[in-house]
Amino acid sequence: MSKTPPTGTGHDSAPTMKSGAQCVIDGLVHAGCEVLFGYPGGAVLDIFNCLYDAPFRFILARHEQGAVHMADGYARATGKPGCCLVTSGPGATNTVTGLATAHMDGIPLICLTGQVALNMIGNDAFQEADVIGITRPVTKHNFLVRDADDLPDILAKAFYIATTGKPGPVVIDLPKNVQKQKTAAVPPETVSMRAYHPDVPINPAEIEQFAEMINQAERPLLYVGGGAIAGDAPQRIAELAHRANIPVCTTLMGLGAFPEDDPLSLRMVGMHGSVAANYAVDHCDLLISAGARFDDRVTGKISTFASRAKIVHIDIDRSSIGKSVQTDLGVQGYLDPVLTAVLPLVKPAEHAAWLEQVNRWKSRFPFAYPTPEGVLMPQYVIEQIYEVSQGRALITTDVGQNQMWATQFFRYTRPRSFISSGGLGTMGFGLPASIGVQIGRPDEQVICITGDGGAQMNFQELVVAVEHNLPLVVVILNNGYLGMVRQWQELFYGKRYAGVMLSQHGRLPNEGIDENPVYLPDFVKLAEAHGAKTCRITRPDEVAPALRQALEERTTWVIECIVAPEANVFPIIPPGQHVDEMINRTV
Amino acid sequence: MKHIINCLVENQPGVLARIVGLISGRGYNIETLNVGPTADPTVSKMTIVVPGDAHVIAQVTHQLSKQVDVIEVVNMTNRRHIDRELLLVRVATQNHIMRAELVDLAALFMARVVAVQEDSVTIQMIGNQETVSDFLRLLKPYTVIDISRTGTIAVGRESSDPTVLK
Repeated sequence: MSKTPPTGTGHDSAPTMKSGAQCVIDGLVHAGCEVLFGYPGGAVLDIFNCLYDAPFRFILARHEQGAVHMADGYARATGKPGCCLVTSGPGATNTVTGLATAHMDGIPLICLTGQVALNMIGNDAFQEADVIGITRPVTKHNFLVRDADDLPDILAKAFYIATTGKPGPVVIDLPKNVQKQKTAAVPPETVSMRAYHPDVPINPAEIEQFAEMINQAERPLLYVGGGAIAGDAPQRIAELAHRANIPVCTTLMGLGAFPEDDPLSLRMVGMHGSVAANYAVDHCDLLISAGARFDDRVTGKISTFASRAKIVHIDIDRSSIGKSVQTDLGVQGYLDPVLTAVLPLVKPAEHAAWLEQVNRWKSRFPFAYPTPEGVLMPQYVIEQIYEVSQGRALITTDVGQNQMWATQFFRYTRPRSFISSGGLGTMGFGLPASIGVQIGRPDEQVICITGDGGAQMNFQELVVAVEHNLPLVVVILNNGYLGMVRQWQELFYGKRYAGVMLSQHGRLPNEGIDENPVYLPDFVKLAEAHGAKTCRITRPDEVAPALRQALEERTTWVIECIVAPEANVFPIIPPGQHVDEMINRTV
Repeated sequence: MKHIINCLVENQPGVLARIVGLISGRGYNIETLNVGPTADPTVSKMTIVVPGDAHVIAQVTHQLSKQVDVIEVVNMTNRRHIDRELLLVRVATQNHIMRAELVDLAALFMARVVAVQEDSVTIQMIGNQETVSDFLRLLKPYTVIDISRTGTIAVGRESSDPTVLK
């Protein structure tokens, strides 16, 4: 079908010939691409040549990893597939972390990589890498294009695969000679693939059983994951929760899928989740997993997870059902139609005793932290971000303590308002992702919460925010440590702080630094050098004014907060353990 | 328990690597793997023998089914089916008595002698995995010079079984 030339208008029946490179641009336009992130190189020069006249925006990153995270942030914030373009060899290998990040979290990405000419593949040519082999385990699918005639079809398939079923990243590897090859092929009208059928029909028997289980439950609990956001199901989740008075906890990826200011919200579940959410999982008699996948950071010890409950698992990915926990009912399908089908069968219910119980937990065990006089606590910074932005900011995070505090001390009320690397836990994600978020949602206020460790991975991308005059505010919680690792060393390894001090002061002898009580880099100078406005704050009373100024100026800001060096994230359920082992030192 | 999984895939470059990478990347073992053409030139059939409990096999099946290039996955172990493998084995023969013993043994298993040298015979045998293993066990007293075994291939017995796509 793709090889049929356009029928043309009037008498001109000669097909329009164009280069493979032009086909790539046209395929992106055809798929609705509005912005492309990337970095050029020898093997993609033909595409960049066509990019010169392309009708969409191109954002030049400063590292290919940054480009993928930007496309990823754009996709998470908008729900549209993120697109990026990089060169062969090192350009392509630099995308691997970003692809794996998107793959774990089910984020739709199209990653176009240059490749050496087909006749050079396998010859150890300059900037050659086996990109198809390298990216296979970290993508939903990948394509090596061997003939420009196939290009429009492959591009259409790539977008289809990336955005349907459980979404994910798709790589298209584009040999240089294919970019130059002339073709008359045009994008196909529709995509159909013999071996890929993402649409799953709803099974009425399963829906009836599901409804019956809800109606019989005395202590039901909704456990909502990133699939609820990917599947645009927050509305149905709210309807189900309110119809039968079912409390709701979310995973990290599910934050925002159910408003955290709703009385039924128990907020985040898992290792650093709320006490109420984790107790509710332990005590419920029906656990409804809606687009979540029972990650080990949620379940802890599998054998005692939700041990009093029947488990219903709704997931579009069949392989996810029953993978980690035994389920009593697996429902494969898109979340929204499944919930829409079950809602009319669900009887209104009060669950008064159960709600009273969970509300007791909520009021007795809120997220809290010690507040020593005059000390700038990282949790306080997050609370102030919530206050000053009136809870309306889009929050992106890096990975570690900064990420967990961002989940605990900000309340998420809208889907796609919390952007974070969940499954892979990729440090260096936050800053480039927030650039993609801000580009995709220009009218929103984006605040990137990061640590001093994560900020040093991909800081170079700050210039992209500055040159596009993005009103992005980056808040660095600088505690001089790789904080989450330090916390584990404190709690589980006898406080032996190996390899976690970012301050030169007090480093271990075998880390080979002479006593030199200086912190490097100087983030304020670094931000200035990148062209951003910046300040350093050290006292609690400086936080709100600095944030207010940054938000009002609507320009790129970096606020470095020198926070308590050894603050910990509590509660914590130690890895692989039951909720009873929870440590919660909040005073 | 071992499971025989038949997998119809798009006959395209890289699909074998994708399937093998998937199975090894998720920590499952492949005991044997065969790939061959089908009546439809665009489709290949892989027969994968995987040891594991029901949970492992369910995961393998679902993970395979999820692949964009995988058309159909059938666990043959759960169905009436015929499975076979081919063995070629060369055994040293010091004298004609030994050679005669081996010819007899082969006949018992309906195996055939396909090559004879002064000091060896080569036997071809077709059977299911168990029969082939039995035969090899009976060859233990002899000096086996070389063995080549295909993995298992399997086909369903019922007319309703999926074969090759129309």
